Amino acid sequence: MTIDLSLLPDGGISWADASGPDGHIVLSTRIRLARNLQGTAFTIRARDEDRERIREQVIGAGREIKSLADAAVFRVDGLDRADRQLLYERHLISKELAGLEAGGAVRPGAALVLGGDLGVMVNEEDHLRMQSLHSGFALQRAYATLERLDGELGARLPFAFHPEFGYLTACPTNAGTGLRASVLIHLPGLVLTKEIAKVLQGLSQVGLTFRGLYGEGSEVVGNFFQLSNQTTLGKSEEELLDHLGKIVRQVIDYEEQARRVLLRDAPSVIEDKVWRAYGLLRYARSLSFEETMNLLSGVRLGVGLNLINDLGVYTLNKLMIFAQPAHLAYVAGRPLADPDLAIARATFVRRSLEEEAGRMRPQAS
Amino acid sequence: MQCDHCGERPAAIHLTQIVNNSVTTLHLCEACAAEKGVQTGASVAKFPLSDFLASMGKGAAGSLPATTDDTPCGFCGATLKDFRDAGRLGCPHCYASFETHLRDLLRRLHGSSQHVGEVYLPPEAAAAVGIAPPRGNQLGELRDQLRRAVEAENFELAAELRDRIRVLDDH
Repeated sequence: MTIDLSLLPDGGISWADASGPDGHIVLSTRIRLARNLQGTAFTIRARDEDRERIREQVIGAGREIKSLADAAVFRVDGLDRADRQLLYERHLISKELAGLEAGGAVRPGAALVLGGDLGVMVNEEDHLRMQSLHSGFALQRAYATLERLDGELGARLPFAFHPEFGYLTACPTNAGTGLRASVLIHLPGLVLTKEIAKVLQGLSQVGLTFRGLYGEGSEVVGNFFQLSNQTTLGKSEEELLDHLGKIVRQVIDYEEQARRVLLRDAPSVIEDKVWRAYGLLRYARSLSFEETMNLLSGVRLGVGLNLINDLGVYTLNKLMIFAQPAHLAYVAGRPLADPDLAIARATFVRRSLEEEAGRMRPQAS
Repeated sequence: MQCDHCGERPAAIHLTQIVNNSVTTLHLCEACAAEKGVQTGASVAKFPLSDFLASMGKGAAGSLPATTDDTPCGFCGATLKDFRDAGRLGCPHCYASFETHLRDLLRRLHGSSQHVGEVYLPPEAAAAVGIAPPRGNQLGELRDQLRRAVEAENFELAAELRDRIRVLDDH
């Protein structure tokens, strides 16, 4: 069975359309709420039949709710590996739910309910991981839709809640609000000016943390960082979001400042770096994922600094998604391994940039 | 500045409290602050779960009678040892079964064990008042949040919370 990506609401990538606030620096905002059902062991300790029952309960409750009434339902445990990887590469399910962790297998009962920018992962580490994914820097907007979904599902499903400890989760690091908000932010200016270590160190002092492109346990590639709250208990949802929002706003300001410094002190170096990155993406015949991400970071910086015009951020975001292995295999219609994979990646990137080149007027002044 | 509590070590934490409209500031050293259960952002960040789980074997939990580790949760049968090995609890009841340990762990992880976010209304209660029920103790929660926002000198948030309290008060 192969997923037809065109059936996903908005193709599943509306979060990458660069339409949101501060889209030139912030790729996307994600908030998730962890919830569990009373009277059932947490997912990892639950029996297969418990997980199956939970899946049916969540899917059934979703059908009664307007925001999920037309949602696509994926029984993740029935998908083959390539399809699970597609959903993972689109940031719609976690590595754990996709069963892609080293030595891991997909868990019986795993499911995804996906309605536009709202989704519910079922039988992840917690029974429900509701998430809201938005383009740009949009914490309040993302939380507004998620809060409504939480209320509507909570009125139909008996969530495990404790007066002192709040919402009860499999891992105590998520207890309380169960809320983790993360902002995927592109910080090449801070990396190039070597200020990034200071900023990241500062984050841990104010109770925030950073992760790589795919969240927990993932590497930082292409100068993308996910900034998120570290604690979930002892502060209200509004306080957690307000705090993260203020710090992210500061980080955006630092990044813009660093970019101004780069342009002022080393304009020719930056311009050369940006156009070299563009040139390699435009003409290379074989590209690794990591190299592609680093080059895309340079080009994105060039677009942000108006050194490259008429190249949309959305195109760059789509390239980030389609440069990943399962997407390239999907486009090719067959499984791919290196060296074919690296060749297919370079071909896809080259063609996408050629398509845009008609509108592009490079002016390397 | 010396610690107000022990008067020996230098004060590192300055705790401002508002009680009955009067502001008091306590200057505490790290040790006394920890004793009073005050956690700073920095000390929270220094306490990742893996370190804590590792320390449970050697530290306070290690000195408990060995049987404590083997007493299973009455609902799912998981033990503290299982938790230490897997890093995940067995079921929601584990929070009651291992309450003392978890309260301590939650305080170390989050700086507090008291949930102050939205209060859950179970389906039967929600049905009684309609699908989008007013949150039970919303006004009290907002007032608590306002107090904390003022303490943290977060006046922007405080103004927003004050407006929300006014709206609720008017109803």
